[in-house]
Amino acid sequence: MADLKAKGHQPEYLFWVGCAGAFDKRYQKVTRAFAQILNKANIDYAVLGTEETCTGDPAKRAGNEMLFQMQAMQVIETFNTYQVQKIICTCPHCFNIIKNEYPELGGHYEVMHYSSFLQHLIDSGRIKIKKDAFVNKKITFHDPCYLGRGNGIYEAPRKVINAFDVDYTELKRAKSFSLCCGAGGAQMFKEAEKGNKEVFEERTEDVLASGADIVATACPFCMTMLSDGIKYKNKEDSLVNMDLAELIEQNMDT
Amino acid sequence: MDQIIFIVILFITTAALLYSFWKIKSNFDKTKSTAFDGQIGKRTKLTFQVAFGQSKILRKPLVGLMHALVFWGFMVITIGSLEIIIDGISGSHRIFGTWGIVYDVISASGDLFAFIVLFGIIAFLFRRLVMHINRFKGIELGKKNKTDANIALTFIMLLMLSLIGLNVYEVVLMGDKTIGTYPVSGLLVNWASPVHAAGLYHFFWWMHILLIFVFANYLPYSKHFHVFMSLPNVFFSNLKPLTQLPLMPEVKKEVDLMMSDNPYADSTEPASSRFGVKDVEDITWKNYMDALTCTQCGRCTEVCPANITGKLLSPRKIFVDIRQRMDEKAGINKEDAKALVGDYITPEELWACTSCNACAQECPLNISHPNLIMDMRRYLVLEEGQAPEELNAMFANIENNGAPWKYSPEDRLKWTEG
Repeated sequence: MADLKAKGHQPEYLFWVGCAGAFDKRYQKVTRAFAQILNKANIDYAVLGTEETCTGDPAKRAGNEMLFQMQAMQVIETFNTYQVQKIICTCPHCFNIIKNEYPELGGHYEVMHYSSFLQHLIDSGRIKIKKDAFVNKKITFHDPCYLGRGNGIYEAPRKVINAFDVDYTELKRAKSFSLCCGAGGAQMFKEAEKGNKEVFEERTEDVLASGADIVATACPFCMTMLSDGIKYKNKEDSLVNMDLAELIEQNMDT
Repeated sequence: MDQIIFIVILFITTAALLYSFWKIKSNFDKTKSTAFDGQIGKRTKLTFQVAFGQSKILRKPLVGLMHALVFWGFMVITIGSLEIIIDGISGSHRIFGTWGIVYDVISASGDLFAFIVLFGIIAFLFRRLVMHINRFKGIELGKKNKTDANIALTFIMLLMLSLIGLNVYEVVLMGDKTIGTYPVSGLLVNWASPVHAAGLYHFFWWMHILLIFVFANYLPYSKHFHVFMSLPNVFFSNLKPLTQLPLMPEVKKEVDLMMSDNPYADSTEPASSRFGVKDVEDITWKNYMDALTCTQCGRCTEVCPANITGKLLSPRKIFVDIRQRMDEKAGINKEDAKALVGDYITPEELWACTSCNACAQECPLNISHPNLIMDMRRYLVLEEGQAPEELNAMFANIENNGAPWKYSPEDRLKWTEG
C-alpha cells in the first residue's frame, strides 16, 4: 500500500490478509492462492504488509475491550491514512469486526468477504475455471459461524463450489443449523474446557458422515480445526480440507 | 349474587396480578437502561414473523407445528375468555353472540382449537413424562423446574377440558337456540347428561374462569411467564447481525483519554460503573426480559457445541440463573456476599463459549445469549484480570507484536515467498 501511495496510485481494493493469513503455515497457502486469483483477474488491489496489525477480534471476544479498541483505533488510522474504501477479507472474523464493529469507532468501509468476491469474479466472467476439475468428486462445505449465522452469507461459498461440475453434498448440520468448528470466541488461542470430546472432533464426524472427498472451508480457524480433525481421525487419505480460494486457483483456465 | 361474587374474585385476581407485576417492575428498575433505536416498522414485521408466525419454533417442524397450533389456539380462545369476564360482570350470556356470523366463526374455531390444544398438551405431557428427551434435562433443571413445567401443562389441559364442557353444555342446554357454533363439541352432546345440564354448564363456566384467574397469578412465578413476555421480547429483539458484539462506550472514554494530548484532563469525572457484568444490577433491562421470557425449552443448549461435547456451559442456564439471582436479591433487598458470576455462573462455563451464536439463532423468542456471556467475560478480564493464562499470553502478543501469536510484524509478508 505504501509503495503504491508513493507512486501516487490509489488502488481500488485493500486485501486484508489477517494474522492467520500472514503467519499460519497452512493458511499462507490460501493467502497466496487468493492473491494469485486477484492478479489473474487484474484486480487493482494492495495489501498493508508490515503495516497490518491485529483487528482486535480475539481480544474483544476474550473480554479485553480495552485492547480491542486500541487495536481498532490503530487500524482505522492506517485505513484513513491510505483513504481505504473497499476492503476484502479472507478471515470471517476480521470481516465481521471491520464490517460491524468498526463503524461504532468511526471506521466506515465497504467490507467484503472473499467468498462473495469470488462469486462476483466467476459470475462476471473475470476468471474462468476448468469446470470439470472435480468430476466424480464429492464436495461439501462447512459454514463458518461468523460468515453464515453472523452475517447471513450462506449462498456465495456454495455458488463458488457449484461453479464446478461437482457432486455437492450438504452436511447434516448446515447453513443456519451449522455446527461450530470449535475455534471461535478466542477458543483458537486456549485449551478447551473439560468435556468428553473436542468440538472439532464432533464436526469432523459430520464431514465424514457426508462421505465427501473434499471439505471446503472459508475461514482460517475452521481450516485448522477440520484439518486437525481429519488427522485425528486418520482420514488424511480419503478426505482433504481445501479453502474456496484453493479450489479456484488450482483450476483456473488462463 | 353470582355477579357480585364474580366481581369480588376478579378484583382480587387483578390486585394480586398487579402486585406481581409491580415486583417484576422493581426488578427491572435495578437493571441498566439502554437507548432504544426505534425501527418500529422492522420490529413489528419481526413480531409478526417470529411471534405470531412462529417462524423460529418451526425450525423443528413437528413439535414446532404442535406448539404453533397451541399458540394460535390461545389467540382465538382468549377472545372467549374476554367474553366470559364481561358476561361475569354484567350477568349476560355470551354477549359477543350479537356479532352474528363473526361469532359463529370465532366460536367454531375456538371449539376446534380447544380439542387441538388439548391433544397438543397431552402430547407435550407425554414427551415430558414418558419420553426421555435430552433437552428437557440439564444441571439447571431441578425437580422444581420440571414440576413447574408439568403444572403449567396441567393447567392448560384443565382449561381446555372445562372449555369443551362449557361448549358441550351450551348445545345441550340451549338446543336450537345455541349461541355460536360448536362443530366438535356438538358431536359429544349424545354422551352428555341432559338432566343436570344447567348445573354442569354453570360448573364448567366457573371452573374455566377460576382456572384462568389462578393460572394468570401462577404465571409470574413460573417459567411459563413467557406467555406474557414473548411478544414484547420479540419486538425488542436485537436487530443487529448476530456476531456483532456491542461497543463498550465506557471503555471508549478511557481509550480516548489515553490517546488525547492531555490524558488527565477529565480525571475529575467520577469513575464509571463496573466494566462488564458481575451481578444482576449490571445486566440491561433486555437481558432481564430475556430471562423472564425463557421457558427453558432447551433448544439453545441442544445446539451449543460446548454443551454437545460435554462441557459445563449450557446457554439456557445463564437465564435460569439470572431469574433466580434476581429473585434472591429482591428477597434480601441489600447487598450480600454473593454474585451472579462466581456463585451462579462459573468462569469455566463462560470460557467454554465459542460465540458461534447457534443458541441465539435457535431461540424461538430471539433471546441473546452470547453477547451476555461476553459481557461476563469482560467483567472477569477488565475488573478481575482473570483470563485463562493462554489468553493473557495472547493479549501480550497482540500488544507487543500486533498478532495473537508470537510472530514479528516484520514477517507479515512472508506468505508471498512460498
